[in-house]
Amino acid sequence: MYVEMKGICKKFGNYEAAKNISFDIEKGKLVALLGPSGSGKTTILRILAGLETQDEGDVIIEGKVINDIPASKRGIGFVFQNYALFRYMTVYDNIAFGLKVQKMSKEKVHERVMEMISLIGLCGLEKRYPDQLSGGQRQRVAFARAIAPNPQLLLLDEPFAAIDAKVRKELRSWLKEMIRKVGITSIFVTHDQEEAVEVADDIIIINEGNLEQMGTPSEIYKHPETPFVANFIGTSIVLSDLSGFKGFEEIEKGKKVIVRPEFVEAFKSDNKKFHDLIPAAEEGVIEKIEFRGSYLEVTLKVGDVRLVTNRSLERRSISVGEKMYVLLHRIYVFDEGTAQRYKNSLLKDVDIELM
Amino acid sequence: MKRSREKIVKWLLIGITVIFLLFMLVLPMVEVIYRALKDGLETYKTALTAKNTLSALRVTLIATVIALTVNTILGIIMAWQVTKFDFKGKNILSTLIDIPFSISPVIAGLAFIMTFGRSGWAKPVIDGINNALGTDIVLVFSVPAVVLATIFVTFPFISREIIPILHAQGRTEEEAAALMGASGMTIFRKVTFPHIKWGLVYGMILCTARAFGEFGAVYAVSKARGKTFTLPLEVDALYMSGTADSITQAFAVSSLLVGMAVIVLILKNIVEYRGKSKKSV
Amino acid sequence: MKKAGRRKGKVVIPGFGITMGITVSMLSILILIPLASVMAYSFKMSPFEFVKLITKPGVVNAFATSIGCAFVAAVINAVFGVMIAWVLVRYDFFGKRFIDGIIELPFALPTAVAGITLTKMYSDNGFLGKALERIGIKAAYTKIGIIIAMVFIGIPFVVRAIQPVLEKLPKSCEEAGLMLGASRAVIFRKIIFPEIMPPLLTGFGLALARGIGEYGSVIYISGNSEKNKTQVVSYIIMQKLNSGNVDYEGAAAIALILLIISFIMLFAINIVQHVASKRTSA
Repeated sequence: MYVEMKGICKKFGNYEAAKNISFDIEKGKLVALLGPSGSGKTTILRILAGLETQDEGDVIIEGKVINDIPASKRGIGFVFQNYALFRYMTVYDNIAFGLKVQKMSKEKVHERVMEMISLIGLCGLEKRYPDQLSGGQRQRVAFARAIAPNPQLLLLDEPFAAIDAKVRKELRSWLKEMIRKVGITSIFVTHDQEEAVEVADDIIIINEGNLEQMGTPSEIYKHPETPFVANFIGTSIVLSDLSGFKGFEEIEKGKKVIVRPEFVEAFKSDNKKFHDLIPAAEEGVIEKIEFRGSYLEVTLKVGDVRLVTNRSLERRSISVGEKMYVLLHRIYVFDEGTAQRYKNSLLKDVDIELM
Repeated sequence: MKRSREKIVKWLLIGITVIFLLFMLVLPMVEVIYRALKDGLETYKTALTAKNTLSALRVTLIATVIALTVNTILGIIMAWQVTKFDFKGKNILSTLIDIPFSISPVIAGLAFIMTFGRSGWAKPVIDGINNALGTDIVLVFSVPAVVLATIFVTFPFISREIIPILHAQGRTEEEAAALMGASGMTIFRKVTFPHIKWGLVYGMILCTARAFGEFGAVYAVSKARGKTFTLPLEVDALYMSGTADSITQAFAVSSLLVGMAVIVLILKNIVEYRGKSKKSV
Repeated sequence: MKKAGRRKGKVVIPGFGITMGITVSMLSILILIPLASVMAYSFKMSPFEFVKLITKPGVVNAFATSIGCAFVAAVINAVFGVMIAWVLVRYDFFGKRFIDGIIELPFALPTAVAGITLTKMYSDNGFLGKALERIGIKAAYTKIGIIIAMVFIGIPFVVRAIQPVLEKLPKSCEEAGLMLGASRAVIFRKIIFPEIMPPLLTGFGLALARGIGEYGSVIYISGNSEKNKTQVVSYIIMQKLNSGNVDYEGAAAIALILLIISFIMLFAINIVQHVASKRTSA
C-alpha cells in the first residue's frame, strides 16, 4: 500500500473529528474523501499533510511512519480550498516558490515553471497577479504550484467549492485528466457526492469522524454498507412501514427501509410492456411532477406513502392527479448497522436489471 | 523539537512585547501617579483646587465640548459628501480633510495667529464684524482662539472613522430610500445612522482625547495663565516654574489628565468590542 | 440641490448641494485659509532672506534633529510594531486584552503629560535615567531622549495599521508555504512580509510625520539646547512666536518647509496605498 492511515484519532476539545480511522490507498489512485460538512474529512486530510497532529495512530507513506516529519518535509502537494495563492507574487512566482525553496538553479526553475504553465494552459498569464485571474484560472495555478516540486502525493481540500457551478463541471474533468496525465496519487475532499462519483477511482465516506465505507463509486452505490451511505449516495426516501406493499410482506414493521427513485416504476394501466407485472404493483396517484431538465421527477402517493421516481421525457405524458400503477421492485433494509438488498418477492422470476 | 522551538519563539516575542510596552506605556502612567502623590494627599488636593487649575479645567472643557460638537456635525456631513456622491476633485477633498492629521500642531496655532492676529489679513474682517454687531470677539490669544485651534487639530478624527464604514456600506440603501421619497434627513436618521453609530462614537472618543490633550496648537494661541490656559498648558506652566513643589503640582494636574485618558481608553475598548460583536451577528 | 441631482443624471440621494457647500466652506475657513496665511506670510520675505533664514545653522540643525530622530523612532516603531501586532494577533496569553487596550494610550494621553513624565523618568534622578547612566548612556536632554519621546507617540500607528491586515491574512497562505517546503523564516519573509508591507509603510509614514512635527512630548526631554543640537523644528517655530523676540515671518518660513515635508509624506502614503490596492485588485 502506498498511503496508509492506521487508527487515527483526533479530538478538538469535545469534538471528535476522527474516530479510529484506518484506510489505505494504492499508488496512482485518485481517491475522494466524501462526507457532509463537519464530518471530519478535512481534518483527516490535514493530518495526512502534517498540518494537524493526530492524537493517536500512524500515518504511513511507502511503508515509512511519518508521524514526526513536519509538513514542510513530507513532500506532499496540497491544494487549499481557497487556493491560498500568494497575492503579492505573480503566477510565475507562485509556481516557482516550492522550487526556489529547494534551492534549485534558476534555469531549472524557469524550465519547470514554464512546463507547468503550459500544462495548465495559462501561457502568457505568468506575469499576472492572482487577483487578476478568474476562479478557474486560480485553481489551475494552485494545482500547478502544488505539483511543481514533483510531490509523490497530492491532497486537495474541496478543490471545487469556490467555483461557480458552470465552470465547476468543466474543471472537474480537467483536473481528473491532469492528475491522470501527471500520474500522481491524489486524495481530494468533497461534500458533493456527484463530484466524488464523477472524479474518483475510489471513494471513502466519512461521517461524524467515522469511516463508513470505502470502495469504487459503483460498489458504494450498489452495496451501501450502512444506512448513512445508502442515504448519502443517490437520492433516497426513508420509510419505516412497508406493510401495505405487495411482495414485501416479510419486512418487519419499524425497520428502516430506503427506496431510491430507480427502484420505483410507475406505468399507465394500458402499458403493454409492464402488463404482466400489475399483480406485483400498487395503485397510486400522481401528486407532483417536476421538470428536472432531462427527465421528470414524479411524486406518487400510494396509500399513506409517498414515493419518487424519475421518468424519461420520451415516455407518454402524464398529469397530476392521474392514476398509475406503481411497482416497487427493490429496497434496502437496514438491520443493526448492516444493509441488505431486498427484491420484491413477487418478481422472483423477472430480471429487474433488464427492466 | 520543532514545536518546542516554536514555543520558545512565541514566548520570546510575547516577552519582548510585554517588556517594551511596560516600559513605554505602563511605567509612565505609574510615574505620573507616583510623582503626583509623592508629597501626600493634601498637596495633591491643593494642586487640583488651585484657581489656575480650575480655570484651565473650565477652558479645557469648553474647548473639548465645542470642538467635539462642531467636528461631529462636520464629520458626518463630510463623510456623507465624499461617500454618497461622485464629483470631480473628490480625492483631493478627502485628502484635504486629512491635512490636520499630518501636520505639526504648532503650525496650526501659527496659522491662526497669521490669519486672525494683530497683523493677520483677516483681522480687519473680524473687526468689521465686531463693529457691526457690537461684539468683542478676539480670535487670537483668547478662549475662542483655543477653541479654534482645538477644532483644527481634531478636524479629521470623526470623518476618518465614518468614511470607511460608509464606503463599505455602499449607496443602494440610501438610493432605495430616496426613490421611496424619503427626505435627506430621514434617510440619514433611519438608513445611514444605524450603520455608522459605533464608528461615530469611536471617532468622538478619539476626538475628545485629542481635544483635551492638545498642547502645541493651543500653546501658540494662548498666553494668559488663569484665563485662556487649558490643563496641558497649566501642566507646562507648573513644570516650567521649576520648583520641587510646582513640579509635584504639575504631576498632580497631569494625573487628572491621565485619568481622563484612561477613561477614554476604556470607553474606546468598550465601543470597539460592541462594534465588533455587532458586526459578527 | 435638486438641480445638481438632475444634472448628474443618476444621483438620487438628496443633499449634494448643501453638504458640498458646508464641507467646502468649513474646510476653507478652518483649515485651508489659515494654512494659506502661513504661506502668504512666509512670502513676505524676499527669496534671499528666506533662503538665508532657513539655511541658518540653528534651523538646519533643527530640521536634521527632527527628521533624523523621527526617522530612527519610526524605524524602532516599525520593528516593535510588527512584533506587537504579530503577538496580539497570533498568540493567546494572559493580559493580552489589557495590552491590546493600552496601545492607543499615546493618542489619549496629552503630549505635555507624556513629555514631562518621560523627562522625569529618564533624567539623572529618575529611576530609568539612573539605570541608563550606570551603563554610560545619557537619555534626557539628548537626542536619545527625543527619540524615546517620538517612539512613545508613534507606537499606535504601526501596530494599528498592521493588526487588521494580519487578522485577515488566511492561515492557509502560511500552510501553503509550509506544504511547499518553506521554513518559518522563509514563510515570514516571502509570504507574510509582502502582505504587511503596505500597512507597515503607511504606519511608518504616519509615525514619521507625527514625529517630525511633534512638539509637546519632545520639548521637555530634549533640553532644547542649540549647542547640543537638541532643538526640534516645532520648538524653533514656537520660540519665534514667544514674546520678546517675535518673528512671524521667520516662523512662517520654517513652518512652510515643515508643511511641504508633511505634504510630501501624505502624498507618499497615498501612493503606497494606491499601489498596494492596485496590485491586489482586478
